Amino acid sequence: MGFKEYCFKKSLWLFHFGGASCNNCDIEILDCLTPRYDVERYGMKLVGSIRHADVLLVNGSINQRDKARLLELYHQAPKPILVVAIGACGCTGGIFTEGITFAGPVDEIIPVDAYVPGCPPKPEAILAGIMKLLNK
Amino acid sequence: MTSKDLINTIRNKIKKGILDWNVKSDRRAFVSICPELIVPFADYLFQELKFRFIIASALQSKKGFEIYYHFSKDEIGFILNVHVILPEDKPEIESLANNFVAANWIEREMHELFGINFLNHPNPDKLISEGNWAEGVYPYRNKEI
Amino acid sequence: MIGLENKKMSKKIIPIGPYHPLQEEPELFKLYCEGEIVKDVEWVTGYNHRAIEKLSESKPFEEVFFLVERICGICSTSHPFAFANCMEEIAGVEIPDRAKYIRTIIGELERIHSHLLWVGLAGHFLGYNTVFMWAWKYREPVMDIFEMITGNRNSYAMFKIGGVRRDIENDKIPEIKQVLDLVKKKNGMLTHAVFDDPVIHARTKGVGILTREDIINYGALGPTARASGVQIDVRKDDPYAAYPLVDWKVITAEEGDVYAKAVVRFLEMNESISIIEQCLEGLKKEKEGEVEVIVKEVPAGTGTGRHEAPRGEVFHFVKTDGSQYPVRHKIRAPSYMNIATFKKSCIGQTISDATIALAAVDPCYCCTERMAIACDYSTGKKILDGNELVKLGQKRTEEVRKNPGIDHS
Repeated sequence: MGFKEYCFKKSLWLFHFGGASCNNCDIEILDCLTPRYDVERYGMKLVGSIRHADVLLVNGSINQRDKARLLELYHQAPKPILVVAIGACGCTGGIFTEGITFAGPVDEIIPVDAYVPGCPPKPEAILAGIMKLLNK
Repeated sequence: MTSKDLINTIRNKIKKGILDWNVKSDRRAFVSICPELIVPFADYLFQELKFRFIIASALQSKKGFEIYYHFSKDEIGFILNVHVILPEDKPEIESLANNFVAANWIEREMHELFGINFLNHPNPDKLISEGNWAEGVYPYRNKEI
Repeated sequence: MIGLENKKMSKKIIPIGPYHPLQEEPELFKLYCEGEIVKDVEWVTGYNHRAIEKLSESKPFEEVFFLVERICGICSTSHPFAFANCMEEIAGVEIPDRAKYIRTIIGELERIHSHLLWVGLAGHFLGYNTVFMWAWKYREPVMDIFEMITGNRNSYAMFKIGGVRRDIENDKIPEIKQVLDLVKKKNGMLTHAVFDDPVIHARTKGVGILTREDIINYGALGPTARASGVQIDVRKDDPYAAYPLVDWKVITAEEGDVYAKAVVRFLEMNESISIIEQCLEGLKKEKEGEVEVIVKEVPAGTGTGRHEAPRGEVFHFVKTDGSQYPVRHKIRAPSYMNIATFKKSCIGQTISDATIALAAVDPCYCCTERMAIACDYSTGKKILDGNELVKLGQKRTEEVRKNPGIDHS
């Protein structure tokens, strides 16, 4: 196992980007920090800047206005970065695909490594999704 | 004061410009007025009768553009919906935002979605359309009507 | 000329860290500051626009419930509640009593979890991360109850025109009561922890004041209005569901500052627990299984429906033409009216108080997260981003804790 891969398996830092969402998934992601699910026991934490992040969590249906921001974020992210699309809206656009401002599901804008479906996915599902990615 | 008393007070005070009353129950009523009357009518409801401005809804129908201004008298749970019809080729009406701070944002939104012009609006900047759709496009208009 | 003078006098704050490349982010609030004081606030939005009102026109009424639930995840049941009230007004039906109790129980449980969420966020902005962790930890039993009754922690899909989709069987009632007792106890603990702390008093009293005048002019709603002495609550003014069948009172406060808003929310949680307990007693008296009235067709007409969501009055207006689809569906969430009050509550405050003053209105979480940036008043250039603003607020709490007698200005 190379040095990079070894480092990657420990203490992932997560950056969260919320598109045009209803906040259900945002709250469930924040719930991962709370004592019952406690993502910090894995060494994971939410960081405030994309430049510190190993994993980009994207949720929400992407609006025309968010598309430019998402692309910019992806380009600024230090590679390698894992992208996880969370929730029905993140995976496919959910119930909002027919809306007039919809700008494509996340995987048509940036490459996605893992999908965590659900509306919203439970915090256990989100953690399981991220852990599965690690073991790939 | 019951809703009947309020309706009678309005009827006695405002003689010109009211087209039609539709009292559905003791807590819901619709009144259609001429567009020119909107500012004094809304002012009267807010300042004198102490109604609260809930929101305004716009829609497009065969008659043109219609706006419903919803007002609430909280003490008795009464909603009075003030209805105006604007012509399809020239949908414009005097803005309420100079008298009511509460109407400021919704008029900007109705303009961006339907293209209705609110005359003399104090700050007619974009509210929600920036980056979402192009200038001059009014996405909630129905082309078939 | 004046701009140049201000430049010399005002403090220059240099942004730290590699945040610059995100300059073009469309923030929700731009605070224009001169030195430490906020002089003007600008609101920029549109990033969350999903054209829901237009989408609603293409869906039959039964599917519109699923759509409106996902307008906001925290007030997930408030929108279906108001929509159901609206459609039942057009159709002219009265739902059975058991359905009324169930609707009220779901609505009040949601109020509890939403207020606990707000307490956690307010704690985070003030630098009390323990409060954040506690409040969210005690939300979990409430979410478990939701999962037991409805099948999901959020977005419950319980409402339909004419009643509710699922029944709450009477044998689930003891478990619900157990959770309510736990929440009541922990809420009491949180209340004392927050209200007996002099640092919190110093940070929240006198901050972000909204007067009665302001509330009436802006048409503000919910706890924001009730904390300034304006007694409006849709549940009392225009009663619906089981609210007229149970005994409860509207909570108000007088001062209109952040502290008053917190007091109103804590006390409302206690009222909610009392309402739910009474509804559970009511459920025991009604016959199990009778939870809906079949509505085959909705006649043409117009209707209005409203509900007191945790943040204020949610209002829906629907026009129908006899078909299965709405012709026009207008939705107005309470935050639309409440957020506009920032013009009054933030101007004149220091930057470090700005985040808590904005958060006190309880905008939807998504709005609070990408909330604000601070700009220099004279040049308009960004000086602090959202994360830095929150850190500034937390640092201020530390300062107040170390120097209890410090002048707040």
